[in-house]
Amino acid sequence: MAARPVPLARHTAGHWAGWAVATLLVVFVVLPLLAVFWRASGASLPGPADWAAVRFTVLQAVLSAVFSVILAIPVARALARRQFRGRSVLITLMGAPFILPVIVAVLGLLAVFGRSGIFNQALAWIGLPPIQIYGLHGVVLAHVFFNLPLATRILLQGWQSIPAERFRLAASLGCRPRDVFSLLEWPMLRATLPGAIVLIFAICLSSFAVALTLGGGPRATTVELAIYQAFRLDFDLGRAAVLSVLQMGIVLMAAGLALRLSLLDGFGRGMDRIARRWEAEQWPLRILDGFFLLMAALFLLLPLGAVIWRGLSGLDALPVQVWRAASVSLVMALSSTVLTVVMALALAHLALQRRGIEALGLLGIAASPLVIGTGLFLLINPFGDPAHWAFAVTVLVNAMAALPFALRVVAPALRDIERDFGPLADSLGMTGLARLRGLTLPRLRRPLGFSAGLAAALSMGDLGVIALFADPDRATLPLQILRLMGAYRMDAAAGAGLVLLVFSLLLFWLFDRGGRQDADA
Amino acid sequence: MLTLEGLEIRQDAFVLRADLSLQAGALVAVIGPSGAGKSTLLNVIAGFFAPAQGRVLWQGQDITTLPPAKRPVSMLFQDNNLFPHLTVTKNVGLGIRPDLRLTQEDELRVSDALRRVGLDGYGSRKPGALSGGQQGRVALARVLVQRRPLILLDEPFAALGPALKAEMLDLVADLARETGATVLMVSHDPSDARRIAPLTVLVAEGTALQPQPTGALLDDPPPSLAAYLGN
Repeated sequence: MAARPVPLARHTAGHWAGWAVATLLVVFVVLPLLAVFWRASGASLPGPADWAAVRFTVLQAVLSAVFSVILAIPVARALARRQFRGRSVLITLMGAPFILPVIVAVLGLLAVFGRSGIFNQALAWIGLPPIQIYGLHGVVLAHVFFNLPLATRILLQGWQSIPAERFRLAASLGCRPRDVFSLLEWPMLRATLPGAIVLIFAICLSSFAVALTLGGGPRATTVELAIYQAFRLDFDLGRAAVLSVLQMGIVLMAAGLALRLSLLDGFGRGMDRIARRWEAEQWPLRILDGFFLLMAALFLLLPLGAVIWRGLSGLDALPVQVWRAASVSLVMALSSTVLTVVMALALAHLALQRRGIEALGLLGIAASPLVIGTGLFLLINPFGDPAHWAFAVTVLVNAMAALPFALRVVAPALRDIERDFGPLADSLGMTGLARLRGLTLPRLRRPLGFSAGLAAALSMGDLGVIALFADPDRATLPLQILRLMGAYRMDAAAGAGLVLLVFSLLLFWLFDRGGRQDADA
Repeated sequence: MLTLEGLEIRQDAFVLRADLSLQAGALVAVIGPSGAGKSTLLNVIAGFFAPAQGRVLWQGQDITTLPPAKRPVSMLFQDNNLFPHLTVTKNVGLGIRPDLRLTQEDELRVSDALRRVGLDGYGSRKPGALSGGQQGRVALARVLVQRRPLILLDEPFAALGPALKAEMLDLVADLARETGATVLMVSHDPSDARRIAPLTVLVAEGTALQPQPTGALLDDPPPSLAAYLGN
């Protein structure tokens, strides 16, 4: 057969939508950045406190990345070589922190590792001094909670990329576990670890909500948190702008580093395959693997269980503001979900012809929400009260944050659809809306449902730019929880946390489920 | 009449020239070694690939630059001839209206076509619930309702077993006779050509030759074809 023919001119109509979204994205990133630079140029140079924030940001990100990945190695290995009941549940659970609202996780971690938490009670029982969760180790602990699962999934993919035949060959050569490690596993790890570390390092650089709740003070402030404090406490816009420039520099550095190492896809497919491992079929290793899996499961499940447990008793103490905040959050989440899906669809169509467009989706992450938020604040402030714009800005920034993930599942799926069914649709004259309704939307159901679920859950739990623009009357649920925590109303906070948890998971489940239903192979 | 006039198809280092014409209503096989450009030739006629030079004419009209759907062509590909998410009725209905706004009359035409290919009552099923042969029949039903005078088959039945494939080819021949359509059919199996195509276009060594009687060509093949056939 001859090579695949190139289409004459595949439906170029509809591209205006893609270009419109691309332009919108660039404008909404570039304009705020320009505003930030313009404002920063008139302000004083960064002071010692600002540099301390930079140092702390990098330090906590390095520690978080290294701990997450090192702890993930034994967990991923155990998952890769053991078949047991609940394995797929555990793997699904490893995906959960991605859509878990940060504030809920923090509530859970406080319940387990906080001053009067389960962990300290256990320590007291065996006569050891209590640990302190606030400060550097609290921030790192929370980041490990979020990123250990991600690292585990990345490494598990690495393990599963080793062909099962290699393990068979190793077994026939009489390799012991140590030999298998140096022959097969270490080369894979050497190729996979740097990418995983850099990815998590980059994620932790923009940490705001964790630092806001568990950090703080001169010794545990990230740059993102410092931006917020310059805003809310000092209302020093010049300093916020200077810090934003610093944050951009840090993120760009990490992005450059990440681009050098080709990053893996964290989403992962086909994790059910288990290569038989003859060398590992012995009791000591089985017990060891079981131990690591149990520890990982406890580490992830205990905080969640604690939120549910304490939340249930806090439910009747819920002030009415919580329900109002929940409805605000719900409307925001649904709005930014629609926006995310529309933008992803439009950009994915454009990306069919221009692959580079997909990178544009990363803008929302590359420029951190608080930096964009600062810029938008600077832009709006001369003309009106930014609090009035809180809704629109939050919806837009949240949609931009969810966009890269949506684009990463929708764009390849659309490319496959066009490859498989594009010629048929062309020959039948399906263009424009007819093509969208008859071909694209029905076949994209699954990735669109998944993307919508992600966008909704992420937006529901977001505690970022909204904190800058906070309108006292229309707080979102995460913000409301933060206020309850600040007022030491921990029972009410736990109850609200449970409400937020249920809303986030339910939104994700509903959208994802909707995409799966009646989806034909 | 389909005329390929001074056609030159280029794809990187690959070149195929064609200067030939087919009578309307002819049933013609396209045979040649792998990689000779049989599929590419069909794709140029169908409008999926632009030729570097030359023209494609149908009944004297230049269709070289028309988009695929505007050509007088129905094409069946090697695979993915049906949308798995649409019912049989809708898959066939797409041949009438690409936006699927079918009138009652359209639906009647669809069920007539399904009856003709032996799939009466299968309209509400989805392709996944059909056998390979039945899926081929649905695609042919769509070709029927499209009522295009030129049918291009790029080995759509290659994955079927020999008996089923023969059955489908006979159905194609019957339909072509009934509708008077011109059929151009790629095949790598000479017995397909013998079975239904009186004429054959040989594609080899960078050229698509004027159609020749199938029997004579296969009985006394030129060296390039003989090497491919292995006799």
